[in-house]
Amino acid sequence: MPDFRNRPPLSYYSTALPGLDYSELQGKLIVIEGPDAVGRSTQVQRLKPWLEELGHAVLDTGMARSALAGKGIKEAKEGNTLGPITMTLYYATDFADRLENEIIPALRAGFVVLTDRYIFSIMARAIARGQLRSWIEQTAGIALVPHAVFYLRADVQNLIRRVVVGKGAFDYWESGLDSRFGGDMYESFVSYQTRLIRVFDQLTGPYGFEVVDATRSSEQVFEILQGSISRIFAMDPAADYRAKRRRARPSRP
Amino acid sequence: MNLFLPNRCPGRLIVVEGIDGSGKSTQISLLSQWLRLRGYAVAFSEWNSSPLVRETTRRGKKKEMFTPTTFSLIHATDFADRMERYIVPLLKAGAVVCADRYAYTAFARDVVRGVDPAWVRNLYRFALKPSLAFYFKVPLDVALGRILGGRDALKYYEAGMDLGLSRNIEESFRIFQGRILEQYESMIEDMGFHVIDATKSIEAQQKQMRRIVLREFGPARPEGVLGAEVKVARFQK
Repeated sequence: MPDFRNRPPLSYYSTALPGLDYSELQGKLIVIEGPDAVGRSTQVQRLKPWLEELGHAVLDTGMARSALAGKGIKEAKEGNTLGPITMTLYYATDFADRLENEIIPALRAGFVVLTDRYIFSIMARAIARGQLRSWIEQTAGIALVPHAVFYLRADVQNLIRRVVVGKGAFDYWESGLDSRFGGDMYESFVSYQTRLIRVFDQLTGPYGFEVVDATRSSEQVFEILQGSISRIFAMDPAADYRAKRRRARPSRP
Repeated sequence: MNLFLPNRCPGRLIVVEGIDGSGKSTQISLLSQWLRLRGYAVAFSEWNSSPLVRETTRRGKKKEMFTPTTFSLIHATDFADRMERYIVPLLKAGAVVCADRYAYTAFARDVVRGVDPAWVRNLYRFALKPSLAFYFKVPLDVALGRILGGRDALKYYEAGMDLGLSRNIEESFRIFQGRILEQYESMIEDMGFHVIDATKSIEAQQKQMRRIVLREFGPARPEGVLGAEVKVARFQK
């Protein structure tokens, strides 16, 4: 797996989208990733007004919110017939629709795109269910390489506490009950979320995740994210590259 | 790298491919009736027919929301649903599954729409390798003559109108089908298609198919299902 960390901003991972001019994309793409119940949505809700206060136009997006497939996924999850490969591809369809019809137009317009989950949750869920990493990796390879991927990391015990204190009940899909990872909701949750964390950890190096300790307070996590995001704006690699090129050009007397 | 997963189930998978108007649906229908009469348990699966995905596809088509990429992905989702819930369980049970169009349809159509050929081939790696894949070879004009004469108005995506090939829907359909035909022709050897000359009479084509099936399947199996030993083909390392 190549190292994507030093690639220029806003290219694709492995497969270009047909007919897209990548040089038009001006905005910033910031991804918040991590397992279920780790506190991603809370952080997105805080980051958005903060970024807007700084003067950035922000588009926030997240899984199963596409105009095309969002409704279909929700309906499919309510039934009892959604197979694991079908689920992966349905989410990939949802992602591609948002990528082409929301994320890319927003980036073209210079927005900051803040996304609650990206391809990595789709990949982690697929790999945790035993699907080939190379298969889902190439399928998701149409995604844009983000400016930053923040991986909110917590251990399973912490996630359990969050679920019990927060929702007060385990969710069918968050427990991976479709694939029966354990005897009951709790056991399946532990086993499935442990697998998911392991996969996220495996993806961290190759995809250049910035790991954020999500067992800290929400306030502390927010401060860490603010610091890192500020650095993205301070050190714009594209601007830096353009500046270097200008400097490299011989100046006429 | 293998294009598809090997079929380790006792059942057999027969697929038909070809452009619209090649006559493949007529032939697979005749073949499945014949197989039933010979004592096989026969099931049938049609491209783009998953009830789970139907509403999404309908919405996307009606509102013309699809891009080449989402069009490709929703068809792969539809295919996965039929594979996971219908085709694989029936093959494990020893049925003969007849599929009207298979992953090759995506390899031809999606590539014409501009999707990367390697990407769409990877997308279908979870599919099982067919026991037999028939390709109905037909000149473009013959197929168009069968289609354009006696049927309802062409639909937007079916005619490839999303590609902007022509503002005239019939002209767009011609160009689109012509390009799909080129893709099929280029796949014949790599995919190991059994080529059926679709300009011949219906009876002659059916005779040729049955001969190939007999060679592949051996004598009839009046017990209904094939084999008893089930080895599960899994989509993982």
